[in-house]
Amino acid sequence: MTEPKDKRCTEDEAVAELSSGMTIGIGGWGSRRKPMSVVRAILRSDLTDLTVVSWGGPDVGLLCAAGKVKRLVYAFVSLDSIPLEPHFRAARQRGAIEDEPYDEGMFLLGLQAAAWRVPFLPTRVGLGSDILRDNDRLKMVTSPFDDGEELVAVPALVMDAAFVHMNRSDARGNGQYLGPDPYMDDLFLGAAAKGFLSTERIVATQDLAQEGPPQSLLISRLLVDGVIEAPNGAHFTACEPDYPRDEAFQKHYAASAKSPEAWAEFRAGWLDLSEADYQAKLRAS
Amino acid sequence: MTEPTHGPVSRADVCVVAMAECFRGDGELLANPIGTIPMIGGRLARATFEPDLAMTDGEARLIANPEAFAWPDGKVIETFNPYRQMFGWVWNGRRHVVMGGTQIDQYGNQNFAAIGDYRRPKVQLLGYRGAPGNTINNTTSYWVPNHSPNVLCANVDTVCGVGYNRAALLDEHQRRFHEIRYVVTNLAVLDFATPDHRLRLRSVHPGVTPEEVQEATGFDLVIPDEVPQSRLPTAAEIHLIATVIDPTGQRLVEVPN
Repeated sequence: MTEPKDKRCTEDEAVAELSSGMTIGIGGWGSRRKPMSVVRAILRSDLTDLTVVSWGGPDVGLLCAAGKVKRLVYAFVSLDSIPLEPHFRAARQRGAIEDEPYDEGMFLLGLQAAAWRVPFLPTRVGLGSDILRDNDRLKMVTSPFDDGEELVAVPALVMDAAFVHMNRSDARGNGQYLGPDPYMDDLFLGAAAKGFLSTERIVATQDLAQEGPPQSLLISRLLVDGVIEAPNGAHFTACEPDYPRDEAFQKHYAASAKSPEAWAEFRAGWLDLSEADYQAKLRAS
Repeated sequence: MTEPTHGPVSRADVCVVAMAECFRGDGELLANPIGTIPMIGGRLARATFEPDLAMTDGEARLIANPEAFAWPDGKVIETFNPYRQMFGWVWNGRRHVVMGGTQIDQYGNQNFAAIGDYRRPKVQLLGYRGAPGNTINNTTSYWVPNHSPNVLCANVDTVCGVGYNRAALLDEHQRRFHEIRYVVTNLAVLDFATPDHRLRLRSVHPGVTPEEVQEATGFDLVIPDEVPQSRLPTAAEIHLIATVIDPTGQRLVEVPN
């Protein structure tokens, strides 16, 4: 009898499967349910020149501040309770990153196209706006049917790897969200060659049904290559209902964009340490 | 809770009513006002003359509650409305959104992505967010809490939300769902009811003159000979706003008296 795969791994083991220059998707939305323990592992790594695909929050800001980002594929970057992401703004304003902007809904189509393995999906979104000027991957396409409508073709946003954070999962990668919104996490994993799921708590498969209804089981193990148990792993973003956003910490993070010294201090205090030490320091503070 | 001190008709309440009026005639659709005064205005419209509007809790649900921001007795959930479904409403068209804008020009083009040259902006803002999709697919209005020449400006640096002159360059089939209905500000209500869809002064709030609105605007407004005053809230509306929809007075933080 052959045993099923054991997909459990650590953040550092997952990040060790990446290489510089890759296109990396990060699930969640703004400053909500972000796989932050994985982002912290990427910050500790030697990876560079990443193309980052994200409905952006502090994941994007941190990776920009640390010089990991070559190109950003996004529709917005926001900390929600702090509308503008200071490190992202600084990176854009000093011309440090290539910019590939999408409308929010367009972004969904790009992920869906990649997950369905088609080169593009058509939409009316973008017509008349400057997004066609600012993103040269967007093209026009003419309907082959009698209407002959001219629409925008959103390219498939194919990724080398994607990371999402769930409230619960089993060790095989069946992931469950218990908060208000699934965001597009299932599509990120479908659009990526390799999928990684971090989770607040690994439970036995037969116990998932006690945690929430079947429709909360957003992620299928068919899309998951690695499962990372990461309690408080979305900190300091919101991971409802397990914990809200850590607003005080987020303010501290945002203030680290004020000067190179402030960033160096934040980095030394909260990023140049292992995830276990980070969590221990949080508990002590 | 102490009732905030204000006169019988505050500027904030006038703005709330003007915002509510944006939704008049919408019937049964998703009213999606973004911002403090817009959220109160949408609730007021639903509580009075547009009872079939559907509205969000700011997250992933449409709720029936009359309150705008806090639901002490729990949410009355009508349906699940995660982001992916919200895009469904945008593209389906059964939605009227109220957005903000860092820049809005005389044809209703809107920008909140970046100030300056987009390729290397002087000031990076949010990004395109949902503005291109909203404006080309469903009815859009704008809320401007600080009417000034920087916001209502001659030219936007990046067109996120599509205005009428941009839409006019598209084929008819491409622009058939485009409608920018109103721009409500802390000074006035404006619309595009002109032959070339240039911004027109529709009404001024009590205590504001058309000249003051023009002075606060970075382009020439179309100003009719007679500019009416914005509709005043009724006593019943003031009561509803102050006791049910916004009992903690958040509207007075956004638009102080």
